[in-house]
This record gives sequence, C-alpha cells and structure tokens, in this order.
Amino acid sequence: MNPNINSGDVAWILVSTALVMLMTAPGLAFFYGGLVRRKNVLSTMMQSFFLLCLISLQWIVYGYSLSFGPDFHHFIGKLSWFALRGVGMDPNPDYAATIPHQLFMVYQMMFAVITPALITGAFAERIKFPTFALFSLLWATLVYDPVCHWVWGTGGWLKSLGALDFAGGTVVHVSSGTSALVCALVLGRRKGYPHHSIPPHNMTYTLLGAALLWFGWFGFNAGSALGANGIAVSAFIATNSTAAAAAMVWLFIEWIVAGKPTVLGGATGAVAGLVAVTPASGFVTPFSAIAIGAMAGAVCFISVTVVKQKFKYDDSLDAFGVHGVGGTVGALATGLFAQKAVNAAGADGLLFGNASLLGVQAIAVAVTIAYSTAVTFILLKVLDAVMGLRVTEEEEVIGLDDTQHKESAYTLLD
Amino acid sequence: MKLIIAVIQPHKLDDVMEALDEKEIYLKTVNNVLGCGRQKGIPEVYRGVVESGKLTKKVRLEIAVNDPYVEPAIQAIVKAAKTGQTGDGKIFVLDLQECVRIRTEERDGVAIG
Repeated sequence: MNPNINSGDVAWILVSTALVMLMTAPGLAFFYGGLVRRKNVLSTMMQSFFLLCLISLQWIVYGYSLSFGPDFHHFIGKLSWFALRGVGMDPNPDYAATIPHQLFMVYQMMFAVITPALITGAFAERIKFPTFALFSLLWATLVYDPVCHWVWGTGGWLKSLGALDFAGGTVVHVSSGTSALVCALVLGRRKGYPHHSIPPHNMTYTLLGAALLWFGWFGFNAGSALGANGIAVSAFIATNSTAAAAAMVWLFIEWIVAGKPTVLGGATGAVAGLVAVTPASGFVTPFSAIAIGAMAGAVCFISVTVVKQKFKYDDSLDAFGVHGVGGTVGALATGLFAQKAVNAAGADGLLFGNASLLGVQAIAVAVTIAYSTAVTFILLKVLDAVMGLRVTEEEEVIGLDDTQHKESAYTLLD
Repeated sequence: MKLIIAVIQPHKLDDVMEALDEKEIYLKTVNNVLGCGRQKGIPEVYRGVVESGKLTKKVRLEIAVNDPYVEPAIQAIVKAAKTGQTGDGKIFVLDLQECVRIRTEERDGVAIG
C-alpha cells in the first residue's frame, strides 16, 4: 500500500461515504415521503432510491471524470477517467493525499447522488417517472458535474477565484435548490394547490428522515475534511451546532407567530441549518456556526412561510425554500465567518478582516443560480416536448404509487 | 330526520365538504373505505406478479339532517362529487329514528344542527 495512505483517514472517509449514502436513502426518502399524501409516498421514496442506483453507475462510468477529471478550459473535466481509468488505489494529492483515489471518488459519488434527489421535492406528486429519470440523469451530467468541477475540480474557475465551499453549499444546495424552483414553476402547481390543503401524511417519517439526515450530515461535512483530523472535528461540531441553533430559532419564531412549536418546524429548521453550515463547516468556530444557524433558521422560515405563500409557487417539499435559500445564506455566511485560524487552507471572512471573500462567494452563488436556472429550464422544455413532464390529471388524482409503479404503500384491510 | 351516507371519490372530499358548508350543513363524519361497484380496481404488481385490484379506495361521508335539508344536501354532494366517470359513488338516504346531543342531552331535530 502506498506509504502516504493513513489508515485512520481511510477508515473515517469510508464511514463518511456510508453516512452520506444514508442521507439519500433512507434519510431523504423518509423526510420527503412523510410530507406527501399516502397515495404518493412510494413514488416519492422511489425517486431517492432510484437516484442512488442511477448516479452510482453514472458516476463510475463518466460522472466522476467530468467533475474531477483533468481540466478542460476550467469548465469541465475531460473523460480521461472514463470508467475509472487512471483512478487507482494510490492517492491523488490534488484532492486527498492520504486516502486512495478510489475512496475519494466513491465519497464524492454520494454527493452526486443526493444532489438530484433534493430536487425531487419540487415536483413531488406530479412528475412522470420516466421523465424524472431522464431529467435527473441529464441534470447530473449537465449541471452537477460542471458546477462541481468549477468549485472543487483542479483548474475549476470558481476554485481559482478563491470561492470556498467546504462540503457543497453551492455545488449541492444552491444548484439543486434553484433548479427545484424552476421545476416547480415549469411543471405548475399540484391540482387543488393552494386552495385545498395537502398536509403531510406521516410526520413521524419526516422527523425520522430529518434525524437520519442530521446523522448522515456528519459524514457530509466532517468527512469533507478528507481525513481524521482537527478540521473534521471542528466541522463536526459546527454541523451539530448550526442544526441545533437553526431548529431552535425556527421553533421559537413558530411559537410566537403560529402559537405552537411544531415537529415539522423543528425538523425543517434543523435541515435548514445543516444546509447553511455545509459550505462553512470546515472554516468556522462553533459560535460562528450558531450564528449561521440562527440566520438560516430565520431566513428559511420566512422563505417557506411568507414568500412561498405570497407567490404561491408549488415547491411542494420546500426544496428551494430550504436548500436554495439555505445554501445561499450559508455560502454568503462563509464569506463573513470563515477564519484561517480555524482552517489555514481556507481564508478569512469579512468579520475577520477580509472583505474580498464575501464578493467571491457572491459571484459563485450568482453564477450557479444563473447556470442551474438556464440549463434546468432548457432540459424541462425539451423533455416536455419529447415525452411530457406531468402525469395526466386522472393519474395525479389516483396517485403516483398506483399509476407510476402499480404499488400501494398501505393496505386498508389486512 | 334522515341519515345520508355518501360514498365518493377520495379526491372529491374537500369539494363536497365545502359544498355542504355552503348549504349550512356543518356536522359530518368521514372515514376511509374500500369498495367495489362498476368501476374496476387498480392493478398492482408484487415481485413480478400482477394482481388486479378488486376493491378501490373511497371515502364515506355521513351526515344527519332535518328533512328540509335532505334535498339541498343531495344536490350539493352530487354537484361537488360528480366527475362523469364510473366510480363517482352513491348516496343513500336512511330514516333516522333518534338523534341525541351528548353534551346537552337535547333530542330530535334540535340535536341535529
């Protein structure tokens, strides 16, 4: 074995890989599954599960190469690493010097898996399954892989600008959250929305999912240290602190505004915090993390309860409200709170004497929003013309479990 | 006094409840049921085996009304629940012998509304 390989780092990143996989299935599957009506729970869970399978394959065949492969004009990776050619057990020091290259690859795979899965929250309960599958594959290839390359790939142009994204605020959350809003707008509202309320059918699943997401997020953030070291520890603590702070702030606001603190509020608040701390996790102190959590909790609360109600777009499971908005808050907060004292490989933010980082973060966010919006819109329009996006009204009424999968989640008798 | 039982398409429940509210019929009981009529069931597949559904999901609504409200209730339900497709459901009207409001122990017509 290559002498640079550190077994402690390998062990931790293997575990982190499994933790991030857990976030998609069962984490996101249950989080989203509980929020939809019972006639659609299987189709919602299927979307997450299917993407775990689909992107696991896409990544190994060409996704990893496009994202992290040898640079082509700072925009995308070349296909030199097609089918993992050139990706072996020796470390790739550009990315992670103490773990096998293949481990870095499979760890990143789990990020590529969950990102398109987040978008499913926007078109829940109304998208055709084959269209969803093809859309997700194309989105992963045309949006995730390039944006990932810009921010994390060697030669990526946002990376050279100095944009900091520790674990995927821009790459994962801003990209998917923005695309989610586009999907919600292009597909249109669910039948009956917003006139008829469409409450979650099983809040226990949603809380279970949120807790699994929090658990898995330790792998998402602390694992992004790519080693079992002090940065991993500080990212771990930041992750936990932000989730807790955001949940508390959401619960308090809800208590005052709506009269009672709710489980859904706590769960959503925690997830909003986790999203926001993602880009910042390896660069900030625990107390900065708490501040980021408070900001994310408040801003996402407003985004989900006030902005969505006002504009009435049917972002059914708040993919934009939590991931798009939360990711943006986090990316910009990184520009405020990052400290070289915490992570020498990072930079200082505005509050620690450096105004330029915030500007770079804003550029990264803006570009990701613009690119994701444009490509997602084009993809949706093309797919609509070729195969149709939405199920028929009758299918929507009967439910997607029966019509898209010929399955029923719950029996009424026996 | 009459007891009206309506078996309707589940997705029509919100519309039917609204329509009944408009006729000032506010007191209702609702539950999930399975039923079969002329509508065929929805087929399901389990590990490659196709099972044609026999029973379909419906919603049953029960309302107790005084006689002058019977016809308005029926019309409200029909208007709100009708889609024109097989499977829209049925309405049954039964004679109601006695009605008691538990809290006040009122009886008959007064207890209904």
